[in-house]
Amino acid sequence: MTASTENALFQCLLRLGDNTLILGHRLGEWCGHAPALEEDIALANTALDLMGQTRHWLTLAGTIEGQGRSEDDLAMLRDVWDFRNVLLVEQPNRDYGHTLMRQYLFDHYHLLMLHGLCDSSDSRLADIAAKSVKEVTYHAERSAELVIALGDGTEESHRRMQDALDRLFPFVGEMFETDAIDETMAQSGIAPLPSSLRPAFDTQLDQVLAEATLSKPTDDFAHQGGRTGSRHSEHLGHLLSSMQWLQRAYPGAQW
Amino acid sequence: MYAQLIKADTSQREEDAARTQAFQRRIDAGEKIEPKDWMPEGYRRTLIRQIGQHAHSEIVGQLPEGNWISRAPTLERKTILLAKVQDEAGHGLYLYCAAETLGVSRDEMTEMLLDERMKYSSIFNYPTLTWADMGAVGWLVDGAAIMNQVPLQRTSYGPYARAMIRICKEESFHQRQGFDIMNQLAKGTPAQKTMAQNALDRFWYPALMMFGPPDSDSVHSEQNMAWKIKMNGNDELRQKFVDLTVPQAEYLGLTIPDETLQWNEEKGGYDFAGPDWGEFFDVIKGNGPCNKERLEARRKAWEDGAWVRDGLLAHAKKKARRAAQEAA
Ligand SMILES: [Fe+2]
Ligand SMILES: [Fe+2]
Ligand SMILES: [Fe+2]
Repeated sequence: MTASTENALFQCLLRLGDNTLILGHRLGEWCGHAPALEEDIALANTALDLMGQTRHWLTLAGTIEGQGRSEDDLAMLRDVWDFRNVLLVEQPNRDYGHTLMRQYLFDHYHLLMLHGLCDSSDSRLADIAAKSVKEVTYHAERSAELVIALGDGTEESHRRMQDALDRLFPFVGEMFETDAIDETMAQSGIAPLPSSLRPAFDTQLDQVLAEATLSKPTDDFAHQGGRTGSRHSEHLGHLLSSMQWLQRAYPGAQW
Repeated sequence: MYAQLIKADTSQREEDAARTQAFQRRIDAGEKIEPKDWMPEGYRRTLIRQIGQHAHSEIVGQLPEGNWISRAPTLERKTILLAKVQDEAGHGLYLYCAAETLGVSRDEMTEMLLDERMKYSSIFNYPTLTWADMGAVGWLVDGAAIMNQVPLQRTSYGPYARAMIRICKEESFHQRQGFDIMNQLAKGTPAQKTMAQNALDRFWYPALMMFGPPDSDSVHSEQNMAWKIKMNGNDELRQKFVDLTVPQAEYLGLTIPDETLQWNEEKGGYDFAGPDWGEFFDVIKGNGPCNKERLEARRKAWEDGAWVRDGLLAHAKKKARRAAQEAA
């Protein structure tokens, strides 16, 4: 692998691992506060799956980088500009509707991405994807069912789900954005081109929104800057200040 | 007419007395009581209170540990903690299901928790201030819970006993994870060791309170022992806990905050100072350091979640109606 491909692969792995890390962290914030015991348990399950995937992606990222950084070095000791997650996953939980809508939008992108990665020319990625795809299939089914149920539920639940969709839709486009790193990955057969996943995503989205009686926002403006690290939202800094607190306060300690 | 009523009442009472005796004989013989079996009203009421309190403790108990999920120091520790707090939610679920077999719904019990007609364990009204508290809670609080709960695997009420068997397995896992956190800190940097000692200092006496007041002050315990709802005395379990925990603290190189602590050869156990029972009763009355925050958090979850629960129910009904229409 050439140095530039290796660097692109490192970035690609950070994108994968940071998405699952940040979203898993957000879900963990619900623990003990969900609307019902079953939801509490299900959210924790999803968070646990995402954290497990994070550990695989970031460990592999550290290996590819070759500077001896562990999963924890990458998670706990980078600052905002080095994070490569999409803006969608760092959005705060707000109400349960926002949390579920964020989950649904991410899950369906995530599932398509993982299906593509299962065929990766790099068996290390294909192996992680194969393990993850089973978990994420379940996440995607569950979040779609809940979006449908609450969209179709009561007047209030419908209104809240529509609010959440309106608020989060501008973060959808970034997931399918394609840059030089993605081109390099696609050319070496390591990862699918994100833009190639959009049609399948849209078809599924339209079906789910129709069943949920929700309307897709007409403005397709998309915020950018998370997956390139060029401009994250203010939310990420606060998230990191909790997540990284101990490692920052007690440098070099073992936990 | 009046005489007839009295007569009916008397024979009813005789019949009840006979049933109560037969019931006690089944318990004495080690039989399990199942939901459909006849049981004295007092037995049912006491069980609902006890299982309900235990379920609420699991749920409220998510909060002090949930407080550190966002700040766990490594991805592995974060994962373990998240899984642990999730287990506690699962325990709550098993226990609510066991209580439901006695004719009270989960929603009713939740309402009783939220309007303070039912209680939860006093320990969860203490704050978790540092990462070491995740160690101390697992080691001491789950440790004390196991001590209380292992005997309950043999309790007379079948659904409760079976729930306890599942729960105890996971609790001993939690206890080991907590000890592992303490061990890592105790052999870590001086600051980490201070953190561990500080957590032990704050959690030691609250953990001793988990066994309840001294037997000499404890009400209802004789009847509950006869019913095998309560299996051991509070003091006996507390002694057992201290005897098991002191050597673990020594292994960790941490100091139990009790200057009177001393091995007593004659009784084959430690002599130790009891907790401040005045503080215990304050906490029970609602004046612990975190009572208000804990209930506030549970109320907020319940109230903020109402639209979700209502929405899911409304959708399920619509779906059933549509399915019925299609079938027709
Ligand atoms: Fe538990
Ligand atoms: Fe428990
Ligand atoms: Fe536990």
